[in-house]
Amino acid sequence: MDNQLYLSSSPHIHSGETTDKVMRLVIYALLPATLVSIYFFGLPALGVLLICTLGCVAFEALSCNLMKREQTIADGSAALTGILLALNLPPSSPWWISLLGAAIAILIGKQVYGGLGYNPFNPALVARVVLLISFPVQMTTWTAPAPLGSGVDAVTAATPLGEIKTAVMLTGKLPELATSGFGDYFLGNMAGSLGEVSALALLLGGLFLLYKKIISWHTPLSFIGTVIVVSGIFWLVDPAKYPNPLFHLITGGLILGAFFMATDMVSSPVTYKGMLIFGFGCGLLTVLIRLFGGYPEGVSFAILLMNAATPLIDRYCRPKIYGQVEQKA
Amino acid sequence: MSLKTFAGGLHPPDSKSATAHKPIEACPLPEELIIPAAQHIGAPADICVAVGDQVKKGQVIATAKGFVSVPIHASTSGEVIAVEPRPHPLGRPLPAVVIKPDGEDAWDEALEQHDPAQLVGEELKQLVLAAGIVGMGGATFPAHVKLSPPEEKPIDTLILNGVECEPFLTADHRLMLEESTRVIDGINILRKILGIERAVIGIEANKPDAIEKMTAECAPHNIEVQALEVKYPQGAEKQLIDAVTGRQVPSGGLPMDCGVVVQNVGTAAAISDAVRLGRPLVERVATVTGPGIKEPKNLKIVIGTPLSHMVEFCGGLEGEPGKIIMGGPMMGQTQLSLEVPAIRGTSGLLLFRKGDFSTRPAGPCIRCGRCISVCPIHLQPTTIATYARLNLVDEAESNNALDCIECGCCTYICPATLPLVQSIRHIKGGIMAKRRKS
Repeated sequence: MDNQLYLSSSPHIHSGETTDKVMRLVIYALLPATLVSIYFFGLPALGVLLICTLGCVAFEALSCNLMKREQTIADGSAALTGILLALNLPPSSPWWISLLGAAIAILIGKQVYGGLGYNPFNPALVARVVLLISFPVQMTTWTAPAPLGSGVDAVTAATPLGEIKTAVMLTGKLPELATSGFGDYFLGNMAGSLGEVSALALLLGGLFLLYKKIISWHTPLSFIGTVIVVSGIFWLVDPAKYPNPLFHLITGGLILGAFFMATDMVSSPVTYKGMLIFGFGCGLLTVLIRLFGGYPEGVSFAILLMNAATPLIDRYCRPKIYGQVEQKA
Repeated sequence: MSLKTFAGGLHPPDSKSATAHKPIEACPLPEELIIPAAQHIGAPADICVAVGDQVKKGQVIATAKGFVSVPIHASTSGEVIAVEPRPHPLGRPLPAVVIKPDGEDAWDEALEQHDPAQLVGEELKQLVLAAGIVGMGGATFPAHVKLSPPEEKPIDTLILNGVECEPFLTADHRLMLEESTRVIDGINILRKILGIERAVIGIEANKPDAIEKMTAECAPHNIEVQALEVKYPQGAEKQLIDAVTGRQVPSGGLPMDCGVVVQNVGTAAAISDAVRLGRPLVERVATVTGPGIKEPKNLKIVIGTPLSHMVEFCGGLEGEPGKIIMGGPMMGQTQLSLEVPAIRGTSGLLLFRKGDFSTRPAGPCIRCGRCISVCPIHLQPTTIATYARLNLVDEAESNNALDCIECGCCTYICPATLPLVQSIRHIKGGIMAKRRKS
């Protein structure tokens, strides 16, 4: 028996937390939002979801094979990237946009850096932004919701954020939709990316992640809080020109970004203090881009820019070590 | 009473129910006792007996070598049948005295009883040294050294460690319940040696019976009992000091640098015996437990008892052993075999079968930050571990690797199953080696 004993340095027990479990729980948390998007946008949305998810897993498998590395598709991170990418695309995206997005996310966004854990930017957002800049027509062609079974055909429509941007540019004034229809926005009954629509479903998922302690409250609260405060200031200054904070909150990708994209562990700071700064930066940039930038939506750019700042934030947010404080004997 | 605690830490399953309610049982003497000369932090003792010598229980068989060292005593009466290297809990054979018990278990008549009231602090401290008292929580730091603070470092608080935050272990818990008189007597002696009044016993809230008993019995002695939040590593010296006093031991310093001395409750009980009965540290309480043992028990063992003998007294092995751990599951040391003896720092013997512990391969760090949020020293374990894997000694040092207390929280929580504390331990060795060279 003696030579079959396991020798190791302590500790000898483990929490049972695993990377796979973390990824799986995030995927579960995204289920309500994916279901809502399929409900509102029907089969096209399902198509985008399937192509992105399967595409990401396939590209992950392919790159592991090509690089002769251990196969990593089982850890769930590629599937998660696929779902997040799908939630960032318009439901009317052609199949090749979805597939190209999957390739960009996994190959350029993740594997060139060395795979899971080494990517400086959120892979799904890298793909979205590359697509948005490269294919502006396909990436900004939105459809109005056509709920399953309603018999309504999908028609082209603008997102609420897109409409107010155009209206403000043309007339200098907010259109009516900036002040009404909030119930529909909250449930997800509006044009937008798959995952930009239902604040309610995303919040449910986000709360689940908080409850399961997969994410901490720091990033989402600081991100959303900053958006509310900064957009609130502009709104108070000129309510005819700037939409109110609630509009910012429930239209566009803020909830998705704050709970699911900015909290991506790999590309965001590791300390609570760092997360607060990161969230603040995301919020500030989001509002500035939405109100003054060329694009109607700024969440993706904001998070990517803050991803770039993550190493710096980590460097300046080292926790204060036990025993390096003033003695209060 | 409100619970106090420290920042960081985590909550492993406490797994104490198998033995928490079981009274301490005396483990019978084995066929032979293996008593190593190295049972404490500091210089190993010099063996002063030879094969064929007849020894009495409590007789010195190895003398202290230097200030940070203690003498070692025979744990029973009998014949010295070997003086040779034997398997040691540290993992390699080390010099030991092997005694064949004569069955009389007769104490050395030269041992003197003392009334602590008649002695001054310095005399008491000499008795503590002569009795070979070391920290019995597992660190085995010689007690008399802790009781000799230099004059410029005034002590105002004595903290008794009754936390026992390691899962599975219940030895200190039972000791406080069953031997509270000895513990309190030891505390009074310690206060006299240190010349201070304030003494606080820290106990985790998962031992309400011990808290209640100690509170009731300590009241007339003006000893405080502080209930502490159940959180690992609440019993680590620095975390305990922080919880009880709100002070922090300066980085690189000792508890005495913030006016505190910490002793384990078992050490206090041993000090009582050392003074009142003149009996050196030759026995202790240890928990034999884990899914790999038939009847988990709290045992009173004599020092040098082979682990196999303890296992036998606990009904034998359950299934095939996969891991033999001396101490608790968070900081205990794995053993090469059950032929290793229990020593002064052996607070428990934990047996896991194959499958009772995880052997998942490590994956890449996903920067989840959990190791950082649980680290009770507030280090960045994953950063230091990365430097350690790259053998970047200077970088690891500047990230305060030496402040790591090796509690294992980071490895326990890591979803990528990275050997974080193991890497840090490794690089700490590298940093010390570099410092010795320069």
